[in-house]
Amino acid sequence: MGNGMTRALVAPLVGNNPITLQILGICSALAVTKTLATALVMSAAVIAVLTLANASISLIRNHMPRNVRLIIQITIICSLVIVVDQILKAYAYGFSKQLSVFVGLIVTNCIILGRAESFAMKNSVGLSVMDGLGNGLGYGWILITVGAIRELLGTGKLLGQVVLPTAADGGWFEPLALMLLPPSAFFIIGFLIWAIRTWRPAQVETTEFQAQPVPEAGGE
Amino acid sequence: MSDSGRNGGSWWARFRALPNDNPVKTVAITLAVALAGSVLVAGSAVLLKPLQLANKEAERRAHIAEIVGQLPDADEVQVDARVVDLATGDYVPSIDPFQYDQRRAAKDPDQSVEIPDEEDIAGLRRRARFATVYLVRQAGETRLVILPVRGRGFGSMLYGYLGLSGDTNTVAGLSFYEHAETPGLGALIDAPEWKNQWRGKAVWDGPVLMLGVGAGRVEPGSLEAKYQVDGLTGATWTAQGVTNLLHYWLGEHGYGPYLEKLKQRGG
Repeated sequence: MGNGMTRALVAPLVGNNPITLQILGICSALAVTKTLATALVMSAAVIAVLTLANASISLIRNHMPRNVRLIIQITIICSLVIVVDQILKAYAYGFSKQLSVFVGLIVTNCIILGRAESFAMKNSVGLSVMDGLGNGLGYGWILITVGAIRELLGTGKLLGQVVLPTAADGGWFEPLALMLLPPSAFFIIGFLIWAIRTWRPAQVETTEFQAQPVPEAGGE
Repeated sequence: MSDSGRNGGSWWARFRALPNDNPVKTVAITLAVALAGSVLVAGSAVLLKPLQLANKEAERRAHIAEIVGQLPDADEVQVDARVVDLATGDYVPSIDPFQYDQRRAAKDPDQSVEIPDEEDIAGLRRRARFATVYLVRQAGETRLVILPVRGRGFGSMLYGYLGLSGDTNTVAGLSFYEHAETPGLGALIDAPEWKNQWRGKAVWDGPVLMLGVGAGRVEPGSLEAKYQVDGLTGATWTAQGVTNLLHYWLGEHGYGPYLEKLKQRGG
């Protein structure tokens, strides 16, 4: 694997992570992370769509009509998402019901169109595949982390298996009901961003402007 | 390379050499992508359809089994499917319940009736003339009758099963196996915490149909608590749709005549 390939694969994991640095794809990160299992299936679906979309868009990048390129990119992404949705309905019906509209909404996930437009349109198929995989994994590991934390603290289980016996079932653990509500994903992603930026201070955004102190009213 | 090959190559090469903004190339590339996309989508839809239908059918059966499963000694029950003529409330022995498709029949003008607007509280427009009901017997006694129901929710048609006790006055379960309501709001009609509230609710107060979804939380011990389940926050339309479909299907234009005869026969 060439150096560029490795970089395309590894950079989006932490350094240029689509969720924690670019703050993209947050909507689905909130919606499907109530349990670890749905987060895993959603991650797999996004990785598949992102990799295949990057590959096919990169394949035709030199002949892409400039005026309608976004429409063509979205056509490709839509087709792939529908195929993924159909496969889930056929082979993982339970998950497809739990993920409901959020599989279809992968089409509107900014990460996918973002990578198509900013990477796959300018790079070779091999690099684009690596970039798709890398970004998918970068998105996936955040989703899986959030899903694991929410399921564990919200129900005391992981993948449906009891890890912390809850007080209701004779154990000691008192589940945090907040973890089952979408806002908890916001908090967890916020803490993740804080942790990553403490570890890598280069990711901290520069202050765009400084609020001016308001002059005291009254005195001339 | 042969001559013909070079000719073919030059045609292709000329096309490839066109600037990307060229209208002919733009249309050709767009068409090609659209065609490839539709082949992919149509192919996967057609190839996977049998598996998807099998999943849906399993899901529908699971919902019936869930209602039956609440009976004590549920292993020893006998479940019979019967086709009912909704207008008269009589069984129709000439139709095989395993061949009859009520959902398809509801769309077929020959097998369905149009519902006048003033009666159509569940937003159905048409309903099938016959319905497949399931009778659950235990030791010769009718313990449950399970009725297919449907009605408009907020953004979709809700398809489900209503289980009633043998005397038709107590709910054994209400379970929706297909809908497309908003996740986290209307889709909570699937949530066990809400679904389980239906169990044991009374249907009638004398001749008056009382069963339905309450406004907001139904206080335990209140008058409504006997007949109503909690409302769904942020899903008033869905909840109202559930009440409406119960009133339609339990009313005189739905299973009313059948339930009357069932009560008289004692199962």
